[in-house]
Amino acid sequence: MKKIMLPYTEETILSVQSGDDVLLSGTLYVGRDQVHKRLYDAIENGSDLPFPFAGNGIYYMGPSPAPEGFAIGAAGPTTSARMDPFSPLLIRSGLRLMIGKGPRSEAVKEAVKEYHGLYLQAYGGCGALYSSCIRKAEVIAYPELGPEALLRLQIENFPAICVIDSEGALFRG
Amino acid sequence: MDQDRVTLFKTAERIKEELIKASRVLPQDVQALIDKVNPEGGKAESVMNAIRQNLIQAEKQNLPMCQDTGAFWCLVRIGRSSDALLANIEKAVIEGARLAAEEGYFRKSIVNDPYGERKNTGTNLPPFIYYELADGDAVDVSFLMKGFGSENCSSLRMLNPTAGEDGVVNAVVEMMKSAGGKPCPPVFLGVGVGGTMDRAAFLSKKAFFEETADSALSERILEKVNELRIGPGGLGGFPTALSVSVLSEPTHIAGLPVALTVNCWAERKCSIRFERGEI
Repeated sequence: MKKIMLPYTEETILSVQSGDDVLLSGTLYVGRDQVHKRLYDAIENGSDLPFPFAGNGIYYMGPSPAPEGFAIGAAGPTTSARMDPFSPLLIRSGLRLMIGKGPRSEAVKEAVKEYHGLYLQAYGGCGALYSSCIRKAEVIAYPELGPEALLRLQIENFPAICVIDSEGALFRG
Repeated sequence: MDQDRVTLFKTAERIKEELIKASRVLPQDVQALIDKVNPEGGKAESVMNAIRQNLIQAEKQNLPMCQDTGAFWCLVRIGRSSDALLANIEKAVIEGARLAAEEGYFRKSIVNDPYGERKNTGTNLPPFIYYELADGDAVDVSFLMKGFGSENCSSLRMLNPTAGEDGVVNAVVEMMKSAGGKPCPPVFLGVGVGGTMDRAAFLSKKAFFEETADSALSERILEKVNELRIGPGGLGGFPTALSVSVLSEPTHIAGLPVALTVNCWAERKCSIRFERGEI
């Protein structure tokens, strides 16, 4: 089991190999479909980005509401393939660590390889499990998107599996 | 409160409670299939362990097992001898769903204007309701809490009338091949065959609430889909699917519609029977 502290160091990201089980801790940003569209447009238009891409990762997720006493509700990954049209540009712009579920396009795999990123798969459908790894959640941009807003999380021992590593090697099982 | 309002209140409360429970605890038969899985090590085993741990957490913490608590797909079957008023049933279903989404901490996943502004309705409403007549005098209300990671993998083919059983099997296998690891396998499959395009699609969802109409065909599809070895989480191995239920009805001489509804491993559903006078 490899540990990844977020924000990540170059050394960490290069040491993780496809098929590795990893545990992530630290700061993690959250965005799914609409956030991706907005980040993509922001890059295209040269606008400011709502968080620094360097060293940071993005988790494809939209939580259920937090009951009293919880940092967040259920918080498992959503299907990564829907972010495929946006991810290569985001990777080129420095957002190199992605966490979601399911397969990625060839273009994403190539971008991960070229820019030495990582694609990690979280356990799909395991919303209650991931809720217990999240200590803090705050909306940092696009609050009007409701459950799809851009969040910043503090996570601890968040489990995932490396599916595409920084050399572009794909885990096939 | 007048009698009608008391009844509506009670009905909506019962629906709410069943939906909240369904978001946190799987039906016994679904849980039993997940318990029975014996993966051959590797990532299949890690994924199944995470799923089992997640189910324990959801029940213990009173949290939905998955953040996508889904769209409310609802089938109302009304006994032909029932004296229930359709308008009251509709009110109870909508109110029960609304209360469940609010009090059960469901994610509000429904948006208006699907190809435009996509503004969240804020209530997880409307539910998508179908009505049918059945024998007897009871009213059965069934809900599927339909997550969309898997629903995006649901699909339909209009086969040639001569395609036969092989054609049906191949169509489902092809649809699952393109689904791959996207719908959170191991999946539960509903297959609707015959009717018109929309009827086949409807049957593919109703199939989750009925015994399969053709267990030999179900077994064949299950075996072929598992041969794809998409595996738990899409990370290879066994199983890819846990169960297949098929419903069929008559169709036109020119066609053979085949619809597939893909449900993730979290097959969240409930059925509530209201006896005469209860709704």
